[in-house]
Amino acid sequence: MSQIEVPVGIVGVEVHSEQREVPDGTPPAWRENASLKQVGKPVPRIDGNEKVSGRARYTSDVVRPGMLHGKVLRSPHPHARIHRIDVSEALKMPGVKAALALPHLLGIADDGSGKTTQVQSVRYYGQPLAAVAAQTVEQAVAALSKIKVDYDVLPFVVDPTEARQPAAPKVFAQPVIARGSAGGGGSKDKLNQVGNVRGPKRSVPRGREVEKQATQVTQALLAGPQGVRATYKTQVQTHSALETHGVVAEWSRAGDELTVWASTQGIFSVRDELAEYLGIEQSKVRVITDYCGGGFGAKFGAGNYGVLAALLAKEAKAPVRLMLDRREEHLAVGNRPGSEQTVALAASTDGKLTAIEVKGFGFGGAGAGAGFAGPALSMYDCPAVYVEEFDVFTHSGPLAAFRAPGHPQGAFALEQAMDELAERLHLDPVALRDKNDTHPARREQRKRAATAFGWQNRTATGQGPRTGKLGEVRRGSGMAQGCWYHLVNVDSRAEVRIHRDGSVEVLTGVQDIGSGIRTPLAQVVAEELQIPIAKVKVTIGDTRLPPGPGSGGSVTTASITPAAREAAYAAKQALLKELQAVLGLDKVPELTGGAVVGLKAGKPTPPLPFDKACARMRRTEVLGSAVRELDYGATANGKRGNFLAQLGGVQFAEVEVSTLTGVVRVLRIVASHDCGRPVNPLLVENQIHGGIIQGLSYALFEERRLDPKTGRILNGNLEQYKIAGALDVPKIEVLLLEELRGRSSTDASGIGEPATVPTAAAIANAVYNAIGVRIRELPITPAKVLAALASAGK
Amino acid sequence: MKQPISLIVNGERYDTLCQPNLTLLEVLRENLQLTGTKHGCELGECGACAVLLDGEPVLSCLVLAMECAGQQITTVEGLARGAELHPLQAAFADHGAAQCGYCTPGILLTAKALLERNPCPSRSEVREALSGNLCRCTGYLQILDAVDAAAQVLREEQR
Ligand code: FES
Ligand code: FES
Repeated sequence: MSQIEVPVGIVGVEVHSEQREVPDGTPPAWRENASLKQVGKPVPRIDGNEKVSGRARYTSDVVRPGMLHGKVLRSPHPHARIHRIDVSEALKMPGVKAALALPHLLGIADDGSGKTTQVQSVRYYGQPLAAVAAQTVEQAVAALSKIKVDYDVLPFVVDPTEARQPAAPKVFAQPVIARGSAGGGGSKDKLNQVGNVRGPKRSVPRGREVEKQATQVTQALLAGPQGVRATYKTQVQTHSALETHGVVAEWSRAGDELTVWASTQGIFSVRDELAEYLGIEQSKVRVITDYCGGGFGAKFGAGNYGVLAALLAKEAKAPVRLMLDRREEHLAVGNRPGSEQTVALAASTDGKLTAIEVKGFGFGGAGAGAGFAGPALSMYDCPAVYVEEFDVFTHSGPLAAFRAPGHPQGAFALEQAMDELAERLHLDPVALRDKNDTHPARREQRKRAATAFGWQNRTATGQGPRTGKLGEVRRGSGMAQGCWYHLVNVDSRAEVRIHRDGSVEVLTGVQDIGSGIRTPLAQVVAEELQIPIAKVKVTIGDTRLPPGPGSGGSVTTASITPAAREAAYAAKQALLKELQAVLGLDKVPELTGGAVVGLKAGKPTPPLPFDKACARMRRTEVLGSAVRELDYGATANGKRGNFLAQLGGVQFAEVEVSTLTGVVRVLRIVASHDCGRPVNPLLVENQIHGGIIQGLSYALFEERRLDPKTGRILNGNLEQYKIAGALDVPKIEVLLLEELRGRSSTDASGIGEPATVPTAAAIANAVYNAIGVRIRELPITPAKVLAALASAGK
Repeated sequence: MKQPISLIVNGERYDTLCQPNLTLLEVLRENLQLTGTKHGCELGECGACAVLLDGEPVLSCLVLAMECAGQQITTVEGLARGAELHPLQAAFADHGAAQCGYCTPGILLTAKALLERNPCPSRSEVREALSGNLCRCTGYLQILDAVDAAAQVLREEQR
């Protein structure tokens, strides 16, 4: 072990240095970004050319010789028992090469009915049942109608309030559990389950006792003196990535090895799920993702479509492409679950929180784990915090992890409650947070964002500027904050190869889902080797490479950039040792200022530029390999997915509300965030912008609607399911913190998720400030605004 | 019944056989293997499939290939000027306007048509022109900035 000094603190506020004990061979800590050449610079994506030229290959672009097209048969009933699925007529249809029933269903809560039997129950409209592969998509679609399914159609429930009634048709007969994914979600706890209601899941902040906290919360709420209590509802949101889910599956001639091109955020999780499902070795499954058209949490694992494609390809002895269509996206591959949360806060008269209680229901369809506890459990310093969550099952498509699972829902409720509390206490909402939130990054973010926003000019509720012909357009401002976690996948590995001509390769099995991971990988390696970024070739997206993290939980940059830097460092040491031998130096030389310098017979050698130095190698290449492992000596041991530190994020919103039409327009968002050391501020800003727009879209437009009479989806498209477009975008100002925490050799954390957490709450608070009526239900549609105004007599 | 069809794409003539009910999108992607043009919905809702037909943006998922015979079709593969990127492409790459990149081809072509019609569009004209192109990753602002930047480069080229 050796001792190193690491800088810790927020750059521009206070940075001090800490002593850490690290394994020998660990590269020294970088100082702040201003002292670095490549890292911390807004470098455009190194794969930008591929993306703008149409050359980037997405899964749906993959063509294989003799490739067939797969289509999935989905249940037209939301609830049914299946007696038999007969594909024999479908097999006789023109062009059809394979047809089969899905052996068992993935992605749904598990009631223990087992993986040994054929799917026997339908639990949601659109549930996959069988599939066909044919020479053309049209032939496959035609053949689907020939598959005979004997159903007993059963009563169903899609409305979560009705589903809570004791007499409601049950989605599951037995208690269930749910497996999560690398992106979160899931609920392994064995919980009580009555009818469609599963829970409560009771939680309190880490290290506290559940019973004690529950009692303390009840006492504090009774004692007051100041408190608020209200119920907030959030809708079901679908991921709506522009590239739909899908795969191309191809078996080797012998039929024992499978290659899958997948639109995924986790090539290794696809590999592992396929290997497990198909009962073959992981080494015999190869998954490739060159480019992926967005995932947002819904693209982990092989999925039912992936399994079906693999089975069809096996049966047809030909490659099969199976891409879902837009409607299937909304139906059956995940969503952000809806929720109904009652938040109660108590505080002293001077605004110190004495209790936070959140009780409520999550609506994840046929999936479990629709919680929202995160913000309440981790954001504020409050002596008594207690959360109680129930899953309510309905006959609809199961939830999946979705960008900061649970958090936008939780923040929508908690952060509006804080706003209500501030008003009750006659305190400024920022001041209330300053009193109750000591998180150093968020403290600084509130300060910076409030100044940039001009928060001091905010007017009292309903007193903002009025515009429009009749003065019907009201302006208002609001703010909200969020949290996320510094999560790391510690068994991520990267390899760096330095070639004799001075070119460098970095190889690791991560995938790019749009956040642009190739570029930070090139930056950290270029920084370590003191070479231009253009000299670094990045290869990712293949399970034949060393394992990388799944792109979910905002873990990618935090997990893989340290491994890449350490691999580059190891390769550099190998190069320098080699040069010592070749050049006959007194000791191992150094790389400094882009050149190798050493001592020969006590005299300094002339500086040898990096590429000239490489040319002196006797070997074809030198190799460095490193695993993510420890957090730079900051913690004793990092476990997979360990919660090592909290990330912040504060957003301020200005909106305009028309009291005639009810339309809300967001004019401006000022967002301040932290992500450890921003390796590439341009890409970080990209992520924040994207997170904000998704949050805005969630706040104002998106809602998956099901027909209570038929259980079918009413808006399974992108026309009636509206996502924000170019006309809806506000001005966005991003204030990025550089926070050094000494958590790894690059000190990077993620940003994809925190960026979307506070937006909807900030907008809701701004709407309240504009019109003086609080809307506690998402999305904030014109109809809801008008109804709220009417019922308040305004 | 498959029928012969000849399409002029990016200035080159392609002869192929296809069912008369295939959309331009399908023929471009599946028959001609020009996969730069993307599909996000195949219902005219997302804009990912936009191409130019005689310079006008159309959603290729809503046009039958047969109808396009003889017209000049431009796809993302035809934007670059030889080895050099078109100024729109360069600006999109530089500004981070392509995150996952899936919406990018359709937006590039829609923007190209706009700038040909109106070399100096205001921000709201750009927003308006791109309002049918959905992007789920960016916040659109980088896209708008990139179009502005490219418009400027193109205007300078014209001088
Ligand atoms: S694929 Fe044509 S508009 Fe979506
Ligand atoms: S960059 Fe991903 S959809 Fe636009």
